[in-house]
Amino acid sequence: MFKKILIANRGEIACRVIKTARKMGIGTVAIYSDADRHALHVEMADEAVHIGPPPANQSYIVIDKVMAAIRETGAEAVHPGYGFLSENPKFADALEQAGVAFIGPPKGAIEAMGDKITSKKIAQEAGVSTVPGYMGLIEDADEAVKISNQIGYPVMIKASAGGGGKGMRIAWSDEEVREGFQSSKNEAASSFGDDRIFIEKFVTQPRHIEIQVLADQHGNAVYLHERECSIQRRNQKVVEEAPSPFLDEDTRRAMGEQAVALAKAVGYTSAGTVEFIVDGEKNFYFLEMNTRLQVEHPVTELITGVDLVEQMIRVANGEPLAFTQADLKINGWAIENRLYAEDPYRNFLPSIGRLTRYRPPAEVAEASHAVRNDTGVYEGGEISMYYDPMIAKLCTWAPTRAQAIEEMRTALDSFEVEGIGHNLPFLAAVMDHPRFVSGAITTAFIAEEYPEGFHGVTLDGAVLRRVAACAAAMHRVAEIRRARISGRMDNHERVVGTEWVVSLQGESFPVSIAADREGATVRFEDGDSHRVAGPWTPGDSLARFTVDGVPMVLKVDKITSGFRLRFRGADLKVAVRTPRQAELAALMPEKLPPDTSKMLLCPMPGVIVKMNVAVGDEVQDGQALCTIEAMKMENILRAERKGVVSKINAGPGDSLAVDEVIMEFE
Amino acid sequence: MKDILHELEHRRADARLGGGQARIDSQHGKGKLTARERIELLLDEGSFEEYDMFITHRCTDFGMQENTPRGDGVVTGWGTVNGRQVYVFAQDFTVLGGSVSETHAAKICKIMDMAMQNGAPVIGINDSGGARIQEGVSSLAAYGEVFKRNIRGSGVVPQISLIMGPCAGGAVYSPAMTDFIFMVKDSSYMFVTGPDVVKTVTNEHVTAEELGGASTHTRKSSVADGAFENDVVALAETRRLIDFLPLSNREKPPVRPFFDDPGRLEPSLDTLVPDNPNQPYDMKELILKIADEADFFEIQEEFAKNIITGFIRLEGSTVGVVANQPMVLAGCLDIDSSRKAARFVRFCDAFEIPILTLVDVPGFLPGTTQEYGGVIKHGAKLLYAFGEATVPKVTVITRKAYGGAYVVMASKHLQGDINYAWPTSEVAVMGAKGAVEILYRSELGDPEKIAGRVKDYEDRFANPFVAAERGFIDEVIQPRSTRKRVARAFAALRGKKLDMPWKKHDNLPL
Repeated sequence: MFKKILIANRGEIACRVIKTARKMGIGTVAIYSDADRHALHVEMADEAVHIGPPPANQSYIVIDKVMAAIRETGAEAVHPGYGFLSENPKFADALEQAGVAFIGPPKGAIEAMGDKITSKKIAQEAGVSTVPGYMGLIEDADEAVKISNQIGYPVMIKASAGGGGKGMRIAWSDEEVREGFQSSKNEAASSFGDDRIFIEKFVTQPRHIEIQVLADQHGNAVYLHERECSIQRRNQKVVEEAPSPFLDEDTRRAMGEQAVALAKAVGYTSAGTVEFIVDGEKNFYFLEMNTRLQVEHPVTELITGVDLVEQMIRVANGEPLAFTQADLKINGWAIENRLYAEDPYRNFLPSIGRLTRYRPPAEVAEASHAVRNDTGVYEGGEISMYYDPMIAKLCTWAPTRAQAIEEMRTALDSFEVEGIGHNLPFLAAVMDHPRFVSGAITTAFIAEEYPEGFHGVTLDGAVLRRVAACAAAMHRVAEIRRARISGRMDNHERVVGTEWVVSLQGESFPVSIAADREGATVRFEDGDSHRVAGPWTPGDSLARFTVDGVPMVLKVDKITSGFRLRFRGADLKVAVRTPRQAELAALMPEKLPPDTSKMLLCPMPGVIVKMNVAVGDEVQDGQALCTIEAMKMENILRAERKGVVSKINAGPGDSLAVDEVIMEFE
Repeated sequence: MKDILHELEHRRADARLGGGQARIDSQHGKGKLTARERIELLLDEGSFEEYDMFITHRCTDFGMQENTPRGDGVVTGWGTVNGRQVYVFAQDFTVLGGSVSETHAAKICKIMDMAMQNGAPVIGINDSGGARIQEGVSSLAAYGEVFKRNIRGSGVVPQISLIMGPCAGGAVYSPAMTDFIFMVKDSSYMFVTGPDVVKTVTNEHVTAEELGGASTHTRKSSVADGAFENDVVALAETRRLIDFLPLSNREKPPVRPFFDDPGRLEPSLDTLVPDNPNQPYDMKELILKIADEADFFEIQEEFAKNIITGFIRLEGSTVGVVANQPMVLAGCLDIDSSRKAARFVRFCDAFEIPILTLVDVPGFLPGTTQEYGGVIKHGAKLLYAFGEATVPKVTVITRKAYGGAYVVMASKHLQGDINYAWPTSEVAVMGAKGAVEILYRSELGDPEKIAGRVKDYEDRFANPFVAAERGFIDEVIQPRSTRKRVARAFAALRGKKLDMPWKKHDNLPL
């Protein structure tokens, strides 16, 4: 076995690989850029080599630098993780020449699967079901229309070198084909420097289901069943699960066998993923093969019990697979949620900065359930603008899908992340979405269910009441503590009452609390009552209650006369008042937030470095208004529409918080 | 007998109605509560003891003898806040516009005298049209009586002013002399002369809100220490503040049961200070991570944001925090931040509240604006305040502590009791680059030489150890253990006793 491996990656995947290597008794070498000097993977590895400035194209993907790090440390093998150099044949080449093992597939397989057209041809030859389409190059729009008619509408026009949705168009008519062909071609030329275009059938009700394969250097190949990755936002996977709630045993076997056939056809070794698109009738078509470890591999590990990284290392070391297809059973259900540093309330704008708080739920691995969190960050660490905004991959496992979802809800509720915007509320919303729960999902799930973006979660009546009961119970505890301050007038102490009014989400519930040693019974006006038990004391940022026997985890922040509570994606300001206080509070005018449509708000904390306009100026749509420096980057803020500047509230040198009004328009 | 009791109840009910239902509705219509409602929210339920409910004015001019409402436009008495005694007066705008008469002021003076004698804070709720013009000079004399008690009570009992309506003319000077002023957004304003007079005299067109609203006084003038959304929030937050304050200068600050381990470590603080010395970071994170339960009551949050002032608790007991904020103006000291922090430090010292100072200060802000504005004297206020404070003083330097500003920020030289420094500290006369430019002026043309000199200077002084060698720093501590170290330092200072030489009073550079 290798004595030392280098991980040519960063973040959670580097940490993930280090964990397995350590378990196997293999020494680890991390590489890091300037931005990752204090990163977790650097701390975890036995050795670390600095390889350059923050941008990946000056550090992590510079082959020479990685090779130098290998020479310097004497690593015998390299795990590339995903992204960066993982699917770069030149890197595989360089390693081969240096006599260093690549923990991944052979160069030939990477090359063959790297091109969309080539890979599809190979797949077809290997008997893999592919999307009906025209594989050759298409000369002009007329030919495109002709081909589209042969395939049948709708069709998809794609760039051969494409990816990430770029150079991709869907057309339902001849006219749309003509339009789409030209724009795809242009986009492909500018994005990839390769304007080759092909056309294929557009699959309706598509689901993204992929097969994990594993092959050794001795001709053995197996599939480790499927992962469903249909929950995507703009082609970025957000939620994955294994198995798929959609496949039946026959389809699964057919897909698995075809995937293995493809792997064998390209002489594949190591772990790889064959991606399929599956339509509503369970027809499946080959999309592409990823010749690397996938981000979402943990769900496969959780249902099969196979450590994929370990298998990759063993395969690279020349060992034969220690199991056969028959050994690979599906055990239970696993779900992965990707936690991104993206603000869901601001159209998923990437958010960078310091993690002032980062407390993932505790990892557990029990027969009844499991929680796994793959991460590359820590509290006090920095989310940098240079790399992928993924913070963590939270996985839960349980015997059934419903249980795994329930475990995930609790895990998300107890995941504390502060200091940056993140998508925890959105993930929680998806986990509670009836369509997700039913399993009737497609790759269009997010676009269809959140067409206007994500604007938070509204809790329904029964849940809201349980949250209200928790708030009342906590408020009582907090007020009793306040009343125990020193310097009280003897015999004239404040008596904390039992009658309260809880206001949240626009509703008010008068309640009465009967507390005892174990908890509190909160009775609502209509006689409905909830039993809240749990050990919360003031200052605890997580309240772990059992409400009517059901566990509930709430994130708690103290605010005036109550709490900010976060639960299941909802973010609530909860006031708990005495009936008299509530009566008086009801007299307070509701202050509407100012109409921000005629204002320029500061989108991020930063300093104004330049003001381009003055009061009275008429500005055009898209005109630069001012420049904000944030995180050492200059951001030009532009006019969203034509208007006249009526007021400017800030000038160069002023530092502004998020949403501060920079200027107003008439 | 029963009739007499009935009569009492009848009179009480009449007094409680203030200016009558129509005026109460009008008050509510403005988004404001009545004087009695405000007192209800300020005090523990049922704890209010009212005095002088039946007082009427004695004015007979301008038909005033026909209009003698009970209570005369102000409700006074005492009650408890979480069981602790406070005195309160609340002007009743529904009664003669809350205008101040001789008797109105006498009621206020009565409870102020009681508060001083019995050692309890005075909370004044201001909502008044001003002096009662019908009474003429008597009304002015009445203001003077209140002012006199504000002054006598200053430093004896905490005085808090809530501005919950108009407060104009001479009336502003009573709140001005209290320890804290809080306003309500959109429904309160304070000014010496109103918009009409301003227009006549200076030809400036300005609204009452612009001239003296909550935003003006919390951001521009710094007259107010905070502003709240509405009456209900303002009163709830005032209760919260009172929980931090001692009842008088005869008492130690209050202690509250706490659930936060004083030994709690915060590993994330090890990375709070960025590698790049010019990159800002948020000092509030440090404050929140030191504090019990991350509970911080900030004073003057919106003004001079380059310094942070406010109250936290350690082991349940109040501590005043003064901290440079590197996020704003690099945390430098200037006129505004010096004034803001100086007043806060003096409040803490007057009421035996220990002071925690968190230092990351690159120096004083240069420039003509500052010099013409008298930064020398204003900066001296903070220096003076820290130097004269005899309460326990614990200081933590997180990064820069340069020049005179280093000395100002509760340094050892100003009798700081325990002065800690993080390993990232740079205690020096100035930054290395500036120092080298002065020391090696002749070599400035040679960038290579200069770079070497800068490096030498950094190696020598950009650390806490030179200061530690001299004992100016008592100990260099791990950032992660700051809460624990600070809590233990204050625990060790509980018995501190330090007397200043006798003087009639000091002469701080006003």
